[in-house]
Amino acid sequence: MQAFDLIRPTDLPAAIAAMGKGRRFIAGGTDLLQLMKENIETPSALIDLDALALDGIGADGGGLMLGALARMADVAAHPAVRAEYPAISQALLSAASPQVRNMGTVGGNLLQRTRCVYFRDAAFPCNKRTPGAGCPAIAGQNRMLAILGGSADCIATHPSDLPVALAALEATVVMQGPNGTRRVPISDFYLLPGTTPGQETVLAPDEIITMIEVPASAWARRSAYVKLRDRASFEFALVAAAVALDVRDGTIAAARVALGGVAAKPWRAMAAEAALVGQKADGATFAQAAALATEGARPAGRNGFKVRLAQRAVARALGALV
Amino acid sequence: MATFALTRRALIAGAALVIAIPRLRAPRAAPAATPAAATPAPSLISLQINGHERRLAVEPRTTLLDALREQLDLTGTKKGCDRGACGACTVHVDGRRVNACLTLAMRVQGRAITTIEGLAQGDDLHPVQAAFIRHDAFQCGYCTPGQIMSAAAFLAEGHDADPATIREWMSGNICRCGAYPHIVDAVRDVAISRAANGAG
Ligand SMILES: Cc1cc2nc3c(=O)[nH]c(=O)nc-3n(C[C@H](O)[C@H](O)[C@H](O)COP(=O)(O)OP(=O)(O)OC[C@H]3O[C@@H](n4cnc5c(N)ncnc54)[C@H](O)[C@@H]3O)c2cc1C
Ligand code: SF4
Ligand code: FES
Ligand code: FES
Repeated sequence: MQAFDLIRPTDLPAAIAAMGKGRRFIAGGTDLLQLMKENIETPSALIDLDALALDGIGADGGGLMLGALARMADVAAHPAVRAEYPAISQALLSAASPQVRNMGTVGGNLLQRTRCVYFRDAAFPCNKRTPGAGCPAIAGQNRMLAILGGSADCIATHPSDLPVALAALEATVVMQGPNGTRRVPISDFYLLPGTTPGQETVLAPDEIITMIEVPASAWARRSAYVKLRDRASFEFALVAAAVALDVRDGTIAAARVALGGVAAKPWRAMAAEAALVGQKADGATFAQAAALATEGARPAGRNGFKVRLAQRAVARALGALV
Repeated sequence: MATFALTRRALIAGAALVIAIPRLRAPRAAPAATPAAATPAPSLISLQINGHERRLAVEPRTTLLDALREQLDLTGTKKGCDRGACGACTVHVDGRRVNACLTLAMRVQGRAITTIEGLAQGDDLHPVQAAFIRHDAFQCGYCTPGQIMSAAAFLAEGHDADPATIREWMSGNICRCGAYPHIVDAVRDVAISRAANGAG
């Protein structure tokens, strides 16, 4: 790891003011330090967010508020999260290991970089790291990569589990920068690669995520997360599904379906949601909706299996709700 | 006893050199062309380790793992992957299990750090250490300190003690020798006897 300075501000304005070219914020450090050890990130200074008191977790009738620095393990174990937002707890518990979840924060998890093997190996070219360098994944190892929303420049996926659950539950990301506070729905937070794969979110370099807000709802209470992977635990998703239903007298009043592991952002499956609303909450309805979840998929060569697998993840997750 | 501990540590340190340590890939030298920032002078910090205050000089980039192994002669904590993926470096910070390889030493000043060397009470082994010996829960032993630190935390976290739950919550610790069945037996043994003794 190359040398750097460690700056430890004690309040938010000081942390924002400390940001400058070549500097990075550090929260749990579990992704950033990996990237620094691989010389993918070579910051001149790290700005430590630990002392900013952003790690609270609060819930009331209106919704859930997660401080960006709240540890993944603490959010997963919180009684209100488990009872009222089960997909969030399940997604977090399926992520990484108990050790990493004790360190990693929910804000840092939103900003985890892709696990595309070429991106994480400085010996390979990569458009995401160096615009115009090329993308070896498109004709290479793309088994883990995107089937939806990719471009001719990049087919990376976002690897985190939590944002998929947050997309289904329509969370909002709160961020603060030199010009004040912004609130952005999670559906607008991530950017598809297009011709600028290096630009992954709408967060500006000098903005800090302070909080994630999740509105309370009947469907949040009846939500689930299913993750399918190459081994039983401690592995990234091949595909994942976060689903939520409001069921009244056996009929679906509202539905949310989001896919993980298939795109550079959590993928809301609107066609599947539309196929659920107004129908009976049973296996036949779920199978029909699941078949629509991957509408528009364009596999890259080695990841064609993800289309059927994602549909099955949706069907299984929906089945777990009734 | 002290002599034995020393001898055994020397033995383990020596063994680590010949054992094929699981690495995700061959180490690669930093590209010489990349200009490094001027190395900040090491700062003197103090860490609370196993109930003792230890003073040392570290750079911002010094991980807790390297500080323990290279500067404080606490080599029980192992370096496997150095990337958070194997659990060999598991220690407790304020009672919670973390990966020392992804922890910057400067960021844990003032926190209570426990390593495998601090788990026993004098000559009395921690129940998890004793159970690992009873159940023969290791082969080469390289992953063992991390497994034991993780298992001690698992018990304190208060999970169910069925094998599936143990496997899931111990999944952050990889064993290249595949000693998993005996590791699960050892952890289950301690969990069950604790429940029987009402110790939680
Ligand atoms: C072996 C291993 C396996 C893993 N498996 C999974 C998995 O299966 N699923 C999964 O979801 N994750 C997985 N992870 C990733 C892990 O969950 C993330 O590394 C973690 O969530 C990142 O959080 P952090 O606080 O450590 O972020 P950091 O590493 O501190 O930061 C990550 C990035 O976010 C920025 N940042 C952090 N917080 C803020 C903020 N508040 N405002 C602005 N910028 C910020 C940093 O500057 C940095 O660029 C795994 C990690 C490891 C090491
Ligand atoms: S898929 Fe994206 S991240 Fe992976 S090599 Fe291509 S450009 Fe880089
Ligand atoms: S050395 Fe492998 S997790 Fe730290
Ligand atoms: S790695 Fe050899 S005993 Fe686990």
